[in-house]
Amino acid sequence: MNDEDLLLLLLTLPFLGSFAAALLKTAARTAAASLAGLVALAALVITAALYPSVAGGNVVRISFEWLPTLDLNFTLRMDGFAWMFAMLITGIGLLVAVYAHYYMSKEDPVPRFFSFLLAFMGAMLGIALSGNLILLAIFWELTSIVSFLLIGYWHQNAAARDGSRMALTVTGMGGLCLLVGLLLLGHIAGGYDLDKVLAAGDAIRAHPLYLPALILVLMGALTKSAQFPFHFWLPNAMAAPTPVSAYLHSATMVKAGVFLLVRLWPALSGTYEWFWLVGLAGTATLLLGAYFAIFQQDLKGLLAYSTISHLGLITTLLSLGSPLAAVAAIFHMMNHATFKASLFMAAGIIDHETGTRDMRRLSGLFRFLPITATLAMVASAAMAGVPLLNGFLSKEMFFAETVETHADSMLDKALPYIATIAGAFAVTYSLRFIHTVFFGPPPTDLPKAEPHEPPHWMRLPIELLVLLCLIVGMVPAMSIGPFLHTAVTAVLGTETPEYSLAVWHGFNLPLVMSIVALAAGTLLYLLLRRYLATCENGPPLFRHLQGQRIFERILVTVSWKWARWLEAYSGTRRLQPQLRLLTALGFVAAFVPLYFGGFHPRPLSFARPDLVFSMIWLIGIFSALGAAYQAKYHRVAALTMLGGAGLMTCLTFVWLSAPDLALTQLLVEVVTTVLILLGLRWLPKRNEKIDNTVNFSGRLRRLRDLTIAVACGIGMSLLSYAVMTLPVPDAIANYFLEKAYTEGGGRNVVNVILVDFRAFDTMGEITVLAIVALTVFALLRRFRPAADSVAVPEQQRIQNAYDDARPERAPGDTVRDYLLVPSVIMQWLFPVIITFAAFLFVRGHDLPGGGFAAGIAMAIAFLLQYLAGGARWAEDRLRILPVRWIGAGLLTAAATGMGSWLFGRPFLTTYAQYVDIPLIGKVPLATAMLFDLGVFALVVGATVLMLIALAHQSIRVYRVRSPEPLKSEEA
Amino acid sequence: MELVLAIGIGVMTGSGVWLLLRPRTYQVIVGLSLLSYAVNLFIFGVGGIKRHAPPILPEGGIADPARFTDPVPQALVLTAIVIGFATTALFLVVLLASRGLTGTDHVDGREQSK
Repeated sequence: MNDEDLLLLLLTLPFLGSFAAALLKTAARTAAASLAGLVALAALVITAALYPSVAGGNVVRISFEWLPTLDLNFTLRMDGFAWMFAMLITGIGLLVAVYAHYYMSKEDPVPRFFSFLLAFMGAMLGIALSGNLILLAIFWELTSIVSFLLIGYWHQNAAARDGSRMALTVTGMGGLCLLVGLLLLGHIAGGYDLDKVLAAGDAIRAHPLYLPALILVLMGALTKSAQFPFHFWLPNAMAAPTPVSAYLHSATMVKAGVFLLVRLWPALSGTYEWFWLVGLAGTATLLLGAYFAIFQQDLKGLLAYSTISHLGLITTLLSLGSPLAAVAAIFHMMNHATFKASLFMAAGIIDHETGTRDMRRLSGLFRFLPITATLAMVASAAMAGVPLLNGFLSKEMFFAETVETHADSMLDKALPYIATIAGAFAVTYSLRFIHTVFFGPPPTDLPKAEPHEPPHWMRLPIELLVLLCLIVGMVPAMSIGPFLHTAVTAVLGTETPEYSLAVWHGFNLPLVMSIVALAAGTLLYLLLRRYLATCENGPPLFRHLQGQRIFERILVTVSWKWARWLEAYSGTRRLQPQLRLLTALGFVAAFVPLYFGGFHPRPLSFARPDLVFSMIWLIGIFSALGAAYQAKYHRVAALTMLGGAGLMTCLTFVWLSAPDLALTQLLVEVVTTVLILLGLRWLPKRNEKIDNTVNFSGRLRRLRDLTIAVACGIGMSLLSYAVMTLPVPDAIANYFLEKAYTEGGGRNVVNVILVDFRAFDTMGEITVLAIVALTVFALLRRFRPAADSVAVPEQQRIQNAYDDARPERAPGDTVRDYLLVPSVIMQWLFPVIITFAAFLFVRGHDLPGGGFAAGIAMAIAFLLQYLAGGARWAEDRLRILPVRWIGAGLLTAAATGMGSWLFGRPFLTTYAQYVDIPLIGKVPLATAMLFDLGVFALVVGATVLMLIALAHQSIRVYRVRSPEPLKSEEA
Repeated sequence: MELVLAIGIGVMTGSGVWLLLRPRTYQVIVGLSLLSYAVNLFIFGVGGIKRHAPPILPEGGIADPARFTDPVPQALVLTAIVIGFATTALFLVVLLASRGLTGTDHVDGREQSK
């Protein structure tokens, strides 16, 4: 396998593993752990195998086109820095998988845990390896989501739920900011490819959008790395299982923020804004995190704040903008990951063995856990920065950097002091961790008595990590040296400074600072010891100022109070004000740009008014007004006039060369009218005599509505006039007209557009039609209509009385024969209309017609049978399965579209040919016709389904109808 | 011709909007139907209106595109007509269901208190 394939495999492997783990049974503990371990091991081996390819400043790249027009490609890119980060992710991932196997309890759904863990590993590798900014943002969000799932893994625990929600809100919000920031960066650099952006550093820094882009990117990075003032989510995320804390919240995910800062360091750093924004956040986090860590009573809380502080240290280093500081930052990222992950694992063992993490209850554990205690001591010495351990080296580099002058300012001058104080704090909390937990009298009130050493495999990851701390701490140049150099050159390129990784640099200022910090930290611990043994959780004074509280208060304010306020003052449950507002807004939205944009319709021309057309529209206008006037009290009259307006629309289509539209409109008009007529019987009776007195406010309301209606009407008139008289630009119409015959094989251009050129749109539209029909069907299945508002008509009553009076006639005989002649004619029309529909369908490609029109015509054929004989009669004789028609239609259309794949063409490519059929003659035969057949079947099915569903309600009513004549309701 | 059609569209829109703002479901359904006529005609008119120029090509294909009316708005309106029918049907069913459930045909499902 070549390097590119390995790179792709490296990224996909964890996701595949995650998927496989998700499929395992809940009880498959060992299988899930082995799977995760093997995947992590394989990923680690692949990463290690890629080292020769990235050593010496080379880059492994693989790229797939995704949306090339937007410069969005699926690009993976591994350089030395990404390699080092990938090593961290896979290496610690492997150790955490081993550790977690022993840590997770039997009751937990373990496969799910490992599935999330592997998904997280994949997402994290995605961040490290992305060669495209947008891709990076996607993986970034993915880590937020998986982190949410992992923190909330024990979802029965309220703290876990709250912690995960908070982490998601904070990092997710940061992720959104980051996305916008990266979009800005890409916009400035002229592309989203990482190399392109990194090369455009000078252009980016000089651009007016630099500051907004910087702030947005920093929002992403600082939230992810839990930097002040967004640090508060990390301690709350400690509700996660400890392997998650070790992996996500110390070694990898929180490093993503600083990783991004390093990654974009060549493009963004070195400005005054960068120094101040990053520096302030970094130093504040460094100092406050260390200070808060001292006063934590929860072991994991102490480690969490210490992590925050160390991340602040890295951020501070990056703010300085000097290459040497960047080297120190990269170095410290690695060192911190090793000692902090091992400390978290040790804390997990202590929790596991004693049942508590409260340092007020833990004491003297050395005698029970000597090996774990020793390992934890070494790791916390590294955390405190004791010589001969890796933490000391990077901390010395940090001290050395703070002494240098960078951007001459107050902050820069204060930096050495801040660094020393933070170093002293680090010594204090490290000392406290060790001394409280492992020394002193034996513990008295542990939830689990008799703690003992864990299984060796659970301790093994800690041993390996601590070993690394020691090796790097003692022989840095020989162990980490070359790898660090590869990573540093990948970021800094030609700017890579001379640096030395020796343990002893002679007696210099940084060493003095280290000694001062060690001494002051120890002294501070001795002073605070008594207080800390019993004090409440959290530092004095700051204890009450909890980030969590503030966060929740903001959330409540925004999402509850403000929302309620807005709802109370601007919301309504009533439809009329909503519609009024919408209509008025629509009017304003059209009016404002037209008015200010200079809307000059052509002067009205009254020349040559076509007399017939004017007459058509005179009727149309009166119909529309009449429908509006009568819709309240005379529904049938309103429906008739609505139909009149529809017919005039239809005639307009005939008049203005749109035969297809006219045909479809006419058929739809028939179906709509029947449908509404079917529904009319369930609407309440309305008496004109009642409700005739309209008070003043009612009149005012009507006047307002009338004004809106008139304004909309006039506006629409002007707009349509302007649009119609505008000279038509050379639109796409010509394209369709020219290609319809040659490429679509049809002469009816409208039909060719529908079933060929824009067939995909049509496909969407018929899908909508199918969904609406099914919705109607579903609604009516559960629906019990209101009682009939119309009593039995007088004529029917007379007919029934006639039957009752004669012994030879059964009641209902006369009613059955009512309108016998028309219904026989309607029955006879059935085959005629079907032939008509077939005719419309076949000629559709060349002449007006087509699937839509034919489908509705066919539906009318069925409808007539229902009208002629009633629902029962029709269904005794006809088996119509409209849902199958719909399904068959949709499948036919989709299959026709996919058929073109067989010939290696894109979806819905059509083929056309004229075929001679005996007797009939030359017939256009295109695969588009098959598609049209699907449209036809679907339209038939959908229309019939809706009509039948409504018609069936009348049968239901008979079932529930009470013997007494119904009282008519008052409106 | 354009003027007549424009006035017609305007009147239909006005009547439709007026009905849309009324309190009875039946008024709203009639109003929506009128509005959809108006909108369909408007879209149809966007391509410019022509008489005696249906987009049906002669045997053998095109001679001169200028002799035909614009087929694109027609294709748009054709599907709009069918979908408009479907939504009218849906709305009708919803209004009937609402009437069955609440006993009133007021758009809010209850009579407005005065």
